[in-house]
Amino acid sequence: MSIQSKAASVTFENVTKIYGGSVVAVDDVSFVVEAGALVTLLGPSGCGKTTTLRMIAGLEMANKGRVLIGDENVTTLPATDRDVSMVFQSYALFPHMNVGENVAYGLDVSGMAKSESRDRAIEGLKLVGLNGYQERLPSELSGGQQQRVAVARALVLEPQVLLFDEPLSNLDAKLRRQVREEIRDIQRNLGLTAVYVTHDQEEALAVSDRIIVMNNAVIAQEGTPRDLYEEPADIFVADFIGDANLVDAQLLSVSGDRADVQIAELNVSLPHRNLQPGSVNIAVRPESFILSTDTTTTGIAGTVDKCSYLGNHMEYSVTTNIGELFVVASDVVTTIQPKTGVKVTLANHGVTLVANT
Amino acid sequence: MNRTVLMWLAVGWVGFLILPWYVIEDGFWGLEWLIDGYPFDSDYGPAWAHWLEGDKAWLAPIPVFLLLPFLTHGRLKTDPFYSKVLIISGLGGLAYLVIQGFSIGISGWESTIMEFLFGPTENRQYGLGYGAILVAAAYLFFLTQGIAARGAINGDVFVVSSIGFIIAIVGAFIFFPVIQILVSALQDNEGAYSLGVFFTKLTDKKIWGLDCLYSTVGCGAAWNSLFLAIIVGASTTALGLVFALVATRSGFKYRRVLRALTILPIITPPFVIGLSIILLFGLSGVVTQFVSEVFGLQATRWVYGLPGIWIAQMLAYTPIAFLVMIGVVEGISPSMEEAAQTLRADRWKTFTTVSLPLMRPGLANAFLIGFIESMADFGNPLVLGGNYDVLSTEIFFAIVGAQNDQGMAAVLAFVLLGFTLTAFYIQRRWLGRKSYTTVTGKGDSGTHALMPNRLRFPVYAVAFSWTGFTIVVYCMILFGGFVNTWGLDHTFTLKHYITAFSVSWGEEGLLWTGAAWDSFWTTISIATVSAPLTAAVGLLTAYILVRQTFAGKDLFEFGTMLSFAIPGTVIGVSYILAFNIPPIELTGTGAILVLCFVFRNMPVGVRAGVAAMSQLDKSLDEASLTLGANSWYTCRKVVLPLLRPAIIAALVYSFVRAMTAISAVIFLVSAEYDMATSYIIGRVENNDYGLAIAYSTVLIFVMLASVLVFQGLVGERKIGRREPEKTDTPAQNQAA
Repeated sequence: MSIQSKAASVTFENVTKIYGGSVVAVDDVSFVVEAGALVTLLGPSGCGKTTTLRMIAGLEMANKGRVLIGDENVTTLPATDRDVSMVFQSYALFPHMNVGENVAYGLDVSGMAKSESRDRAIEGLKLVGLNGYQERLPSELSGGQQQRVAVARALVLEPQVLLFDEPLSNLDAKLRRQVREEIRDIQRNLGLTAVYVTHDQEEALAVSDRIIVMNNAVIAQEGTPRDLYEEPADIFVADFIGDANLVDAQLLSVSGDRADVQIAELNVSLPHRNLQPGSVNIAVRPESFILSTDTTTTGIAGTVDKCSYLGNHMEYSVTTNIGELFVVASDVVTTIQPKTGVKVTLANHGVTLVANT
Repeated sequence: MNRTVLMWLAVGWVGFLILPWYVIEDGFWGLEWLIDGYPFDSDYGPAWAHWLEGDKAWLAPIPVFLLLPFLTHGRLKTDPFYSKVLIISGLGGLAYLVIQGFSIGISGWESTIMEFLFGPTENRQYGLGYGAILVAAAYLFFLTQGIAARGAINGDVFVVSSIGFIIAIVGAFIFFPVIQILVSALQDNEGAYSLGVFFTKLTDKKIWGLDCLYSTVGCGAAWNSLFLAIIVGASTTALGLVFALVATRSGFKYRRVLRALTILPIITPPFVIGLSIILLFGLSGVVTQFVSEVFGLQATRWVYGLPGIWIAQMLAYTPIAFLVMIGVVEGISPSMEEAAQTLRADRWKTFTTVSLPLMRPGLANAFLIGFIESMADFGNPLVLGGNYDVLSTEIFFAIVGAQNDQGMAAVLAFVLLGFTLTAFYIQRRWLGRKSYTTVTGKGDSGTHALMPNRLRFPVYAVAFSWTGFTIVVYCMILFGGFVNTWGLDHTFTLKHYITAFSVSWGEEGLLWTGAAWDSFWTTISIATVSAPLTAAVGLLTAYILVRQTFAGKDLFEFGTMLSFAIPGTVIGVSYILAFNIPPIELTGTGAILVLCFVFRNMPVGVRAGVAAMSQLDKSLDEASLTLGANSWYTCRKVVLPLLRPAIIAALVYSFVRAMTAISAVIFLVSAEYDMATSYIIGRVENNDYGLAIAYSTVLIFVMLASVLVFQGLVGERKIGRREPEKTDTPAQNQAA
């Protein structure tokens, strides 16, 4: 006996959720989560990502639109009747039941024989590396272990979709990396469909097949982690995923799929992304600026304002006539002291034209 | 077919086909009907038998509404037809039951219009019995399932049904009786509606007279009640604050003991303090005798009237004010006070500019609670009132006195209800919204500032003298039962206990020969039956209030908490008015006492449940739901086990309140079902203080014991450390 996957896709068709008659939490959102994929809903707090997740779970009901799991329309189906399970931010382990009872809970509810549900609970606990902890109370476990029990409890039901609501936010930074890798491994090995909510962009980049970035109740952009980082659709996404410097520039001309762009004294060629000549924005990753103390080179003239040492990299703040730039340099050996004049040039990655919204 | 619908169909048909339709004379649990002419005897017959015999044709439409739900066979829940059929069946059935119940009473048609329409009838109806109750329940749950199927509350049948059930019983046992009061206040003695009579009674001098301002004649009962309630509210609030300050802001070593004192009023029958006051200050009281001997003064009956009631109510309600105030005083974040101190404010300045203003809502709350309790108090004014008439006792005398004027009682109840509801409304609207609580759940490691010295000494003086007084009062209760005749003959005796609680061995074994046993066992059994019901209704309501959102929830909450503001005498009168005649005929039964306690004490269960449930993270319920459990299973397996402390609180409190209640009970007891408190009051009226005090002492100890037993029964909740560890170290993790 082992834990199987019955992975199914999740489809949102023009879903709207309104609270209390006026607060629009999710506004006309459509997307598809393919079966067997891990998709992250990412966004700042209040963007509607948790509401979206709870609508998949059936804990909230859509006011408009349709929610499908697999081919079945589940829009009005309550949580109890959906084949979906969820790992909560607070883990929501039942404090009066021991670990084994917690994991077997969903199996007992479905009417499985006691002995079988116990065996499957042990199977689930093995999967998360907690075999032998059945008799403990949740309060006798560490945070990371509680987290894994919550995952096991959701897994043993072999749900069509597994939901994670900020599952790592109660763990400390070191443990977060380890647990997220474990979650990703289990999801891949079992081929589960998973929807994962977080506000931590690094976590989203690390675990996802695809990321749906939400802002103000709508989808700002969706795509693979690489798409989002390298080709953000707008200023919001550029700034939210990784840091970005937003710089005014002039698009001079378009030829083929490239565009010639002038940024202060610099001329660069970038993918045009359907923008027309005129005033544009470009998003530059902090690590894509190159600082040179040789002031005779071509580049944007500036002065180093502040400088901090962070062990594996340096952070500079550079004053230029296109604004204050935030620069990350990997060279920690030759540091540039404040008040030094520099020339700023651009690397050939991490520089993107973005729509001026 | 849907399983729940099928189950309620079965219940409905059992009610219609098998069980007696009307109430049975030999009590709710009597089974004589089974062998005594069932099913065709007209006293015991089920509905179809009544109908077949041809004398009660109006029962014919009832099975129609029980047949309709069969149409849902083979339909899906999401089918609009499914919900429509259930709603029509439920709503129609209920409406028909209510209409026929109120149209045909003990003497045929209740209104002349019906008589005109359908012709005169010789037939009559009795109160609803088992059969009718089951059929009504089936209708109700058809209706709720229909509503749920339409998508209300995510289509959750359990939650919709619970809401429907609570609304139905609150409507039947709180709103219906209270409306009956209004109705009979508007009727004259012949039963005709008359505004004139109403206003004549309402403006009666006995209620609103102001003679006491310029003559020796007493003022109206309304003014007396109001004045008393205001001074009691003010003084209990002040004392409550004093005790709260001692408990939290003093270095006093034994301040924890103070908390134990708060249990006293809960286990003390309300008039016992009044009795003790008589033993101290009455004509032959210890203090009165002492003073008149030492100073040669003539002993007087000064304590009967305002002073006596005031002292007794202060003793009774100060602990309640203390409980309110201690929550508020502790709720003030110490960092607020520490912040003031670091801003160069001294202790006095800190207290007057920070602590006291933050306590203001607590003070208002304590005042209003004292006000409502004093208004509603019945036992102390009855024992100590003298010529000082208050509304609660006037209501009683209007019913049981020589006048036997139900209309007057209803008008008085109307006035009293006006006062308490106004206070209740102010408390809910004005204070309910504001939150001055500054405890945030974040670590707040500061300590409360001690009281400034110029406050400390007066506070200590008041607190210690009042505590001393309270102890003396309770000692009186203890000793009063062991002396021959208080004030005259202070020789030690056990005769009161023997009279009340003697047992002897007769031919048939143990004989409960004592005079008090009958009422004692009745009290215990009624309290035992009503406590779990109260807890169940209260906790179910709390679950709905905390965990569910639906249109009209505010109104729902107000309705369920309303009975807190309805004085017991008003409930008593309203139950007599409402349940003396069909369709619900309950007077003289034990059931009316149980129902009265359930709905009087329901707010306690609700509050205990709400407090406890707010502490349970909602994600626990949601986790259970996403794991495939429905809300009924979730309630049983997740919520209830975690609510044990609240269950204990609700059980104990409703048990104890049922044993100490007097105001409503005194209207509802019968020869068969006499309660301890009304028995004691009867003894007091015969000046048999010794027996009354002895019985009260026994009650107090029984209640103390039952508090402990309940605690043992329900057990502790087993969840280990409360706070889950939020962080985890790599070392621990590797070890795991």
